[in-house]
Amino acid sequence: MRLAGFFVFAVAVILLPILFPDDYFVTVVGIAAGLHVILAVGLNLLMGYAGQISLGHAAFFGMGGYASAILTTRFDWPGWLALLAGLLVAGTIAWLLARPILRLRGHYLAMATLGFGIIIHVVMVQATEWTGGPDGLGGIPPLNLLGWTVDSDQQWYWVIAAAMLLIIWLSLNIVDSRIGRALRAVRGSELAAQMIGIDTARTKTQVFVVSALFAAFAGSLFAHQQAFVSPDSFSLMISVELVTMVVLGGMASTFGAACGAIALTLLHEGLVVFEDYEMIIHGGLLMAVMIFLPQGLFVGLTQGVQRLWMLISSRRNAKACQAEVNTHAL
Amino acid sequence: MLIQRLIRIFIAIMLLAGVNGVSAAEPIKIGTFLTVTGPAAFLGDPELKTLQMVIEDLNAKGGLNGRKIELVHYDTGGNAREALNFVKRLIQKDQVDLIVGGTTSGDSLAVIPEVEKARIPLISLAGAVEIIEPVRKWVFKVAHTDRMAAAKIFEDLRKRGLNKVALITGDGGFDKSGREQVLKLAPEYGMTLVADESYGNKDTDMTTQLTKIRATDAQAIINFGFGQAPAIVTKNIKQLGINLPVYQSHGVASKTFIDLAGEAAEGVRLPAAALVVAEQLPDTDPQKPVLLAYKKEYEAKHGPVSTFGGHAYDGIMIAAEAIKRAGGTDKAKMRDEIEKTSGFIGTAGVFNMTQKDHMGLNLYAFKMVEIRDGAWKIVE
Repeated sequence: MRLAGFFVFAVAVILLPILFPDDYFVTVVGIAAGLHVILAVGLNLLMGYAGQISLGHAAFFGMGGYASAILTTRFDWPGWLALLAGLLVAGTIAWLLARPILRLRGHYLAMATLGFGIIIHVVMVQATEWTGGPDGLGGIPPLNLLGWTVDSDQQWYWVIAAAMLLIIWLSLNIVDSRIGRALRAVRGSELAAQMIGIDTARTKTQVFVVSALFAAFAGSLFAHQQAFVSPDSFSLMISVELVTMVVLGGMASTFGAACGAIALTLLHEGLVVFEDYEMIIHGGLLMAVMIFLPQGLFVGLTQGVQRLWMLISSRRNAKACQAEVNTHAL
Repeated sequence: MLIQRLIRIFIAIMLLAGVNGVSAAEPIKIGTFLTVTGPAAFLGDPELKTLQMVIEDLNAKGGLNGRKIELVHYDTGGNAREALNFVKRLIQKDQVDLIVGGTTSGDSLAVIPEVEKARIPLISLAGAVEIIEPVRKWVFKVAHTDRMAAAKIFEDLRKRGLNKVALITGDGGFDKSGREQVLKLAPEYGMTLVADESYGNKDTDMTTQLTKIRATDAQAIINFGFGQAPAIVTKNIKQLGINLPVYQSHGVASKTFIDLAGEAAEGVRLPAAALVVAEQLPDTDPQKPVLLAYKKEYEAKHGPVSTFGGHAYDGIMIAAEAIKRAGGTDKAKMRDEIEKTSGFIGTAGVFNMTQKDHMGLNLYAFKMVEIRDGAWKIVE
C-alpha cells in the first residue's frame, strides 16, 4: 500500500512506449525527463527532506559523466566499470566535502555549494588534456550491459526508465526509514534533532553522499546516451534548473521532485515553438505556480484534490445526516 | 441548430485546408540549430538572418526542383546538450531532409554521432577541424578552420623572415583550439615558440602576461581569441611599448575590434575571410561578385555583414546546389552531391570537396589583412 503510487507510476512509464512507439515525445523527451527525475529525486533528499540547499549539484552529475567519458574513451574501460568509478569519485568527494560544507547554513551553504559547482566547471573547461576543454569529449562508446548494447533511443528509454524507477524506489525507502525520519528532524530543527540523539553531522553527510551518488549515476548514463559530454551540460544553469525542478514539483516529496522534473522538461520542449517568447512564457508560468501553488505543483495539486474530496464527502455526510434527521422528524 | 451549422462549416474548412495541403508539392525541409542567444549570439544571429534571407530568395524564384523550402529552426543558446536534443527533434519529429548548422564547434561535435546514426547530411558552420577530421560520411563544414588561420599567420611570418614567436591565448573554446593548432603547426613552419601565455576571457588587464613576453626574445606576438580580450591585449601591448608585429586571429575580423582597440590596432595583422575586404579585391577575383551581392543584400536588410553570416550563406547554397543536382531529397543522393561540390564560389572561398576533404577550402580562402587608418587593408 505504501508503494501504491510507485506502482502506478511504473505502469505508466512502461505503457507509454507501448502505446506510442517511436514517438519523439516518449523516447527522446522521455529519456531527458528520466535523467532529470533521477537528479531531482536525489537533490530532493538533500533539499526537500534534510533542508540543505545545494547550488552545485551539476558538479556531481558532471563527475559521473566525465568519469565514464574519460575512462571509456582514453582507457578503454568497460562502461559499467567506468560507471562504478564515477560513483566512487563523486561519493568520495561528496563525503570529504560534506563535513566542512554542511556546517554552513542558509545563504552560506548556498554560496559554498555554488562555489564548488563553479570550481568543478572550471576544471572541466581548463583541464583540456583530460576533458577535451570547452569543446567537450566525443566518441563515447554505447553502454554494454552483459553483452547487450544499448544504442537506439528505444533501448535507452528502457534503461533510463529502469534506472529512474530504481532511484525512486530507493528514495521512497530511504524516506520511510530511520534515516528518513532523522532527515526530517534535522530539517525541522537541528538542535532538537541532536537533543533526541540524532547524529546530525553524520545524517547530513550520508544524505549528501547519497544525493551525489544519484547525480553521478545519472551523469554516467547521460554520457553514454549522448555519446558526448561538454562542460555546458554541467554548468551552473543546470544546478539552478535542478533546484527549480525540486521546488516546482514540491519539496519533501519524491513524486513531487519527479513531477517537477517531468513538468520542466516537457514545458521546455513544448515552448520551443514560441522561439523568442519561450523564456517569457517559461518564467511567467514558473512565477504563477509559485504564487498560486507555493507548496509546489505535485504537492499543491494532491493537497487540493484531497481537500476537494474531503469537502465533497463532508457535504455528502452532511446531506445524509440531514436526510436522516428528516426521516426521523417524519 | 446553430452549433451544428458551425461544426459543419468548420469541418468543411478543415477538409479544404487538407486538400490544399495535399495538392501543393511537399516542401523541402531544411533543419537548423543555431546559437541565436547566449554568449555566442553574435555568431548565430547573422547566420539565422542569412539562412532566412537566402531561403526567401530561393522560394521567390520558385524554390528548388519546383518545391518550396521550409526552414525549421531551434535556438541552442550555445548548450551542446540542447543541440543534440534539437537535432533529434529535427530528425525524428520534424523529419527534415537536411541539416545546416551548429554555430559553435561544441554544438556541432555533440550532434555528429546522432547525425551519422540517422544518416542525414549535416553542413556545419563551426570552425574546429575535428568536425571533419577524421572524415565522417554525413558531415561537412564550410567555415575556415583554426588550423588554416595558424598556417596563414606562419606563412606571413616566414615571408617577413621572423621565426621566434610569443603566443598568448584566452580560455575559451576558440582560443584553446587555436592554441593547439599553433603549437602543432609551429615546427612545420620552422617557428620557435618562446612564450605560451594564457588569460581569462573576462580579464580586464593582460599586462602581467605581456611583461613576461617582453622579457623573451620574441620577434612577433600571436593572439588567438574573440570578443573583448584581444582588444585589451592589443591595447596593453601598445601601453607597455612592446614594438613587435602583432598577429590576431580571424576571430576579431569585425569592425568592433577596431573600435575597441582604437589606435593600438594600427598595424595589427590577421587572416580574414575575403568578405571583410570585398571592395579591395581585384575585379578579376571570381569571389568578388558573390561577396558584393551577398553584402549588398544583407546590409540593406540587417546592417553590417560578418563572416559568420557568410558561412551560413555558403552552407545553404551548397545544400541548395546539391539538392538541385540530386533532383530530390533522397538523403544518400544529397550527401553524394554535397561531396561532389567543386568550384563552388562562396563567401569563404572556392569550395572543392572530395571524399577525403569535407570542407574543400585552401589557404587562398584567407586574406592577410592589416589594420591601417582604422580600416582593413590586404597585404599580400
